[in-house]
Amino acid sequence: MSPFARLVRRDLAHSFAHGGACLPLVFYLLVATLFPFAIGPDAALLAKIGSGALWTAALLAALLPVERLMRPDIASGVLDQLAIRGQSDESVAAAKLVAHWLSFGPPLMVATLPAAALLNLDGATLARLEIGLLIGTPGLAALGLAVAALTASLRGAGALIGLVMLPLAVPLLIFGASSGAGALKLLAATSLLFVAGAPFVAGAALRAGRS
Amino acid sequence: MTRLALEQVACFRGGRLLFEGLDLALTPGEGMLVTGANGAGKSSLLRIAAGLLVPMTGRVMREGGIALSAEAAALDEDKSLFAALAFWAQLDGQGHEAVALGLAATGLAQIAEVPVRLLSTGQRRRATLARVIASGAGIWLLDEPASGLDAASLDELAAAMAGHLAGGGVILAASHQPLGLEMRELTL
Repeated sequence: MSPFARLVRRDLAHSFAHGGACLPLVFYLLVATLFPFAIGPDAALLAKIGSGALWTAALLAALLPVERLMRPDIASGVLDQLAIRGQSDESVAAAKLVAHWLSFGPPLMVATLPAAALLNLDGATLARLEIGLLIGTPGLAALGLAVAALTASLRGAGALIGLVMLPLAVPLLIFGASSGAGALKLLAATSLLFVAGAPFVAGAALRAGRS
Repeated sequence: MTRLALEQVACFRGGRLLFEGLDLALTPGEGMLVTGANGAGKSSLLRIAAGLLVPMTGRVMREGGIALSAEAAALDEDKSLFAALAFWAQLDGQGHEAVALGLAATGLAQIAEVPVRLLSTGQRRRATLARVIASGAGIWLLDEPASGLDAASLDELAAAMAGHLAGGGVILAASHQPLGLEMRELTL
């Protein structure tokens, strides 16, 4: 097994073993339930705003694991030991990105099924939402990873993470929740940009944090 | 051939010049003990030698693999000691025998299945040494390897270091207590 695959497996096992992967899911469902309570049992209205509401919930859920993505591995010296073994910070960040998405994206898509039922979404909207999440969650995960690396050496980064990450995630929200014809393509383009850039941003941040 | 050499290395950290013009060369079988007051730059020197810190000036030349034992144990808390060490051994291209060897050399074989989070300070320190032994790397960089160790473990540490040097390895150790081994000294 290659070092990259080993790293992915380690991180993935880690996030599922600690229940860290469940927390964003529960949070996502909880936020999704808040909308019917706040807006009232107007099925037509709920169906209309449902897609946007779930994307907002996904965005908020994506914030939760960010603080634990990089910081523990920096503190315990794991990233130093990987660097000594000649693993570039970029490839470590890419492995973390893959593991983070696997523990975040697919579970979120599954949780969208009950959430969509709560908001009275029809089949077509649900299918559109699931495709959007499939395309958009890698971008969200990449954004989370880059922000995690950038804020890893800061104390009290919890609040800062939201301030840095949410504005950057706005394009994903706009294109994900929109039902326009080209929206999915623009969502894919944004997501691809984040996925392609995040390992390099995170790698540079990790290197800068070491000196 | 295993070799570690630093040429005219200077280290600047936290607004202070810790050392400059530092030369050292270690050839197979050679060890060096770095001493100095707290904050003199012992750990920084080891991190420069490991390639984790870029020196302000000078060059570092390494031939052979590197193994670093530092204050951070880099072992996954929820895994068993054996599994945590095996993760690194596999990245180093070593098998389970190397891990067993490292555990035996540090007297940890009996607690191999204990989760890392339950280990004591001294046991953690010995576990990082076990990781260094299991790595099969030629260059050992040991940062305070003796801190928190009892008398029996100190003997095991000295024996492991002597064995590594006898096998043609290179050791650069930073410590402010004697390691029970004849080595050149460098005072920062």
